[in-house]
Amino acid sequence: MTLELHEEFEPLIVTFACNWCSYTGADLAGVSRLQYPPNARIIRVMCSGMIHPNLVVDALTKGADGVLICGCHPGDCHYIDGNLKAEMRADAIKLMLEDFGIEEERFRLEWVSASEGPRFAQVMRDFTEQVRQLGVNPFRS
Amino acid sequence: MIDLNVNAQKHEAHERPRMIGLTINGQQLEVPDGATVLEAAERLGIKIPTLCHHKALLPYGACRLCLVEVETPGRSASVQASCQYPALEGLIVRTDTPRIARARKIVAELLLARCPDAPAVQQAAAAVGVTETRITKQYDDCIYCGLCVRMCEERMGRAAVGFSGRGPRRAVEPPYGKHNEACWTCRACDFVCPTGRLVSPTTSATPPVPIPSDFDRGLTNRPAISIMYPQMVPNRPAIDAASCVHLQTGACGVCQDVCGVRAIKFDDTEQAVELQVGAIVLAPGYELFDPRAKGNLGYRRFQNVVSAADFERILSASGPFGGHVVRPSDHTSPKRIAFIQCVGSRDAEHDWCSSICCMYATKECLIAKEHCGAELQTDIFFMDARAFGKGFEAYYQRAAAQGVNYIRCRPPMVEEVPGTGNLVVKYLTENDTKAEREYDLVVLSTGMLPPRNVREFAKTFDIQLNEFDFCKTTTFDPVASSREGIFVCGPFTEPKDIPETVMQASGASSKVLGMLRDVRGTLIAPQIYPPERDVAGQEPRVGVFVCHCGTNIAGVVDVTSVAEYARNLPNVVYAETNLYTCSTDTQERIKEKIREHQLNRVVVASCSPRTHEPLFRNTCREVGLNPYLFEMANIRDQCSWVHMREPARATLKSKDLVRMAVAKARLLEPLQKGAAPVQKAALVIGGGLAGMTSALDLAEQGYEVSLVERDTALGGNLRRVHYLGNGEDPQAALRALVAKVVAHARIRVFSGATIQAVEGSVGSFKTSIARNGSVERVEHGVVIVATGATKYQPTMHLYGEDARVLTQLELEERLATRGGEGLPSTVVMIQCVGSRDEERPYCSRVCCSEAVKNALKIKELSPRTHVYVLYRDIRTYGFRESAYTQARQRGVVFLRHEDNRKPVVARGAGDELVVSVYDPQCEHEVTIDAGLVVLSVATVPHEETKAIAQLLKIPLNQDGYLLEAHMKLRPVDFATDGIFVAGLAHSPKSIEETIIQASAAAARAGALLSHDAIELEATLSSVVEETCDGCAYCVDPCPFNAIRLIEYVRAGAVKKIIEVNEALCKGCGTCQATCPKRGVFIRGFTLDQIAAQVTAALEAS
Repeated sequence: MTLELHEEFEPLIVTFACNWCSYTGADLAGVSRLQYPPNARIIRVMCSGMIHPNLVVDALTKGADGVLICGCHPGDCHYIDGNLKAEMRADAIKLMLEDFGIEEERFRLEWVSASEGPRFAQVMRDFTEQVRQLGVNPFRS
Repeated sequence: MIDLNVNAQKHEAHERPRMIGLTINGQQLEVPDGATVLEAAERLGIKIPTLCHHKALLPYGACRLCLVEVETPGRSASVQASCQYPALEGLIVRTDTPRIARARKIVAELLLARCPDAPAVQQAAAAVGVTETRITKQYDDCIYCGLCVRMCEERMGRAAVGFSGRGPRRAVEPPYGKHNEACWTCRACDFVCPTGRLVSPTTSATPPVPIPSDFDRGLTNRPAISIMYPQMVPNRPAIDAASCVHLQTGACGVCQDVCGVRAIKFDDTEQAVELQVGAIVLAPGYELFDPRAKGNLGYRRFQNVVSAADFERILSASGPFGGHVVRPSDHTSPKRIAFIQCVGSRDAEHDWCSSICCMYATKECLIAKEHCGAELQTDIFFMDARAFGKGFEAYYQRAAAQGVNYIRCRPPMVEEVPGTGNLVVKYLTENDTKAEREYDLVVLSTGMLPPRNVREFAKTFDIQLNEFDFCKTTTFDPVASSREGIFVCGPFTEPKDIPETVMQASGASSKVLGMLRDVRGTLIAPQIYPPERDVAGQEPRVGVFVCHCGTNIAGVVDVTSVAEYARNLPNVVYAETNLYTCSTDTQERIKEKIREHQLNRVVVASCSPRTHEPLFRNTCREVGLNPYLFEMANIRDQCSWVHMREPARATLKSKDLVRMAVAKARLLEPLQKGAAPVQKAALVIGGGLAGMTSALDLAEQGYEVSLVERDTALGGNLRRVHYLGNGEDPQAALRALVAKVVAHARIRVFSGATIQAVEGSVGSFKTSIARNGSVERVEHGVVIVATGATKYQPTMHLYGEDARVLTQLELEERLATRGGEGLPSTVVMIQCVGSRDEERPYCSRVCCSEAVKNALKIKELSPRTHVYVLYRDIRTYGFRESAYTQARQRGVVFLRHEDNRKPVVARGAGDELVVSVYDPQCEHEVTIDAGLVVLSVATVPHEETKAIAQLLKIPLNQDGYLLEAHMKLRPVDFATDGIFVAGLAHSPKSIEETIIQASAAAARAGALLSHDAIELEATLSSVVEETCDGCAYCVDPCPFNAIRLIEYVRAGAVKKIIEVNEALCKGCGTCQATCPKRGVFIRGFTLDQIAAQVTAALEAS
């Protein structure tokens, strides 16, 4: 299998999506045939609040060009407020990334509801473009 | 050789067609005699580009894109169009040789030269690597593929269009180039054309008749076969027989050929099914008022006048405009939107309030502002703002603060500004001056009507309707129809919002549960599974099943190469592709492969685990494999459907997703669902109307109930209600209810008692009840909190200082005991005393109706007494509106005042009571000499509710009422399982609403108690004894209070460790993400498993 020629850098993005809202939103983007760049690899988790900061930092220090966490909008969390806990951890994650010399723009937390297929596709496009601008993760060997 | 699961053969199974064996790109396969090379290649997931091929049409071979190399034994290879070339025994086909690539490229260049702008042609060319052509461009709109001609002749039988001329003069046109009568204007020709040419206008003068989409309220059109709305259950397309060409004429039938699983059944007929049931619940819903009936509002006359339901679709991201707020006439974004309230409500023909329109209009304004920006002007033309529900007043105030402008007026009319599409709303202001404002879009807030054909419906079930043609119910039996055994819920009984509907539905089911308690569960046949294989200590043996999903996946992703790739991943011992992995025969095949290859992990690469994981898990279980040894890769929703134009990268991503799924699968462990035993008894806290109703319902369902009341007598607030507007006798009803509760064998009443302590969790609570100095412990599986509310004690308007100032309840008491005796010539009622103010910003919901009821009572007892009601908004929602109408007809004067100019009560010179208030209608201060002043005081939460909430660890809202799990959809539950709420402890509400909620709580609680044990999730929190050091970081963040710290002694030393209560844990994983020591994880989503997925994602495939 050969890849089509792409002059642009194609970043590799690890995406964590919560089962109840964002993963469902991604499914809706699929059902609606909304096109977005194929750079993200989605990992389904039960809640955005389940993602240990180490998972994010490890992914970025092992060569992911970007990491995206998608959770329910505030107030919609299936587990009351797991998403808000993820939001609090996001600040800590950014501090940790600073220590590693990784641009904080390589990490993003987004709210995508189950009905927001278009938003999921848009987030994918935006973040892919953002990471593309940042270039290859220096940790990528 | 690739194993193929051919489960959608065109031939019927019993015919057993002769099978032909051939080789494509080195892979052998068998296909039924008569298949083409193209069809054979598709079975292997080998992509061959086509433009003129259509599954429902005969092979034509016009476009030549599908060229392949074929070789029959003994003959040299030739290049052939695969769509026409038959699969022959021993045939060797090659689709990927340099010769073929070259040939296809030339064809693509030629096609691209003819129609360089057609997206379908560009896409087909790109698929063979051609983006530019060296040949002079023609900019034509026809590639002579003949799809339109063949469709019209072969499938429609019309031949209304054909080829004319030869060579350079060849053209697609109708006979003689003229419109003809053969054409039906079905537009099948336009639909199949790959260049987007419109053929039908050349064949017919008749414009096509679109089929408006009901769900999109006619703002979009739909095909004759469609999924009517996205929430449809089952979520399957249905044929609209009236517009289906096949059902109408016998022609077409294209969908039957296109459907890969042959699911289209044209001969399906309506069936009458006879069911033996013990009870019936009717929930036929409601009908929206059709605003065309109010001609002066211009609906369907002016394009930019829409109904609120239309606007809801316009706002929707999946709606006709993709969530862009535009107006229908010119698709521009409106700058000014007007909402007109009470369209089809509160008028001469509809003497009821639809209850929901004020709030939905407010919501739509706020969402429109979110879409268009805060500068969007949103005006709501209204009579009274009826924000009476829980949390509604705060929402209404917030909307006003965000610039939603409420204009109080009499019913307005709408005119169009010629040439602009703009609209002018003409209205009379409150003080009767004419005014008008111009808007870009007008939204009509249409009301709720009884369901269509309701009288016929009522006749079918032999139930009575009320004066408004909604279902007749009574205050004290609000879910029962007039016929025994038939229960009702939803807006069929009265217009209502979502939470009230959900509660009434649960309430109806509570009554059914009570009626049918002796036969509960008798129709359930448990499924028997084989004993589970022990896979402990075994090296993972992973089987990977890659789905074609017809062409949904295989049309974009090279599934064969994905399966091949999977086969080389670590621990994968078997991989195959399936045409439809979810089909019944594939389930059998997966089971067979699990047995054959001793698979102990299964990975399916297909669609979403959200929809299909349960199916595949069950398949594993049926063959003795633990269902949690299963993992999915979503290569449809995340690859083929969203990267349709990048097949190579979609394939690469699919391999990555499969690799990640295998990486996780290797680490999966068998899991078991735990069970918590259920103590089949309930505790009901509060012996008022709600508590007694819940207790009685649960006892009727067959459960033991402990009913705890702090007072010495049962009855709560209902003891102070003496008459109702509809003539029912509340005291008689109360006496009957108390008698039933006290006499019921399964109810123990603890009166004069308090709750001291509650231990345990869902299924097994232990509660200490203190009474007469002694404490008793009861065990129960559920709790219903019905602690009620009290009335606000006013500190204003001379209350408590002057005996002539009463509350509504005190007035009611006086009217009930003394009748009209001593009623003065003037009574002034003041609304919202203690409600909707800074201290208590909520609306107490019932006071307007209470005032109207008492005003009518006064008029009945003493017709000459003048009654004034000083109010801000009259909130007589639902059928309470008709009492309000009646009160006005009987001469009760309703005087509105501004929110910030409250009435003042003072003593006059002659010691008479003087009420003064500023009347915005006549713009001056009004003073009224009153013999009696009656205050409509707020309902306030009972102080004890707070204490109970602390004992049970359930939340209160800002106003001090109990906060349910979800305001709309779970109105009687808490986030904590096993605890439910009913009655005034939840929010102010009427008698019937209290009864409904109490029954609803009993239904929810009863459903839980009906099980001997509660099946717990398997994917819950689990402590690692070796690494947890009892730091307790995870204890507080747990949203369900499921973790506690315990100490134990080991080898003489005190150790600390956390303990998880699995009955409370929901597996959210907050603990896992908080733990600094890898001391706790969620089974099935452990750090190691997720990290393995991350690592796999980072390995380039």
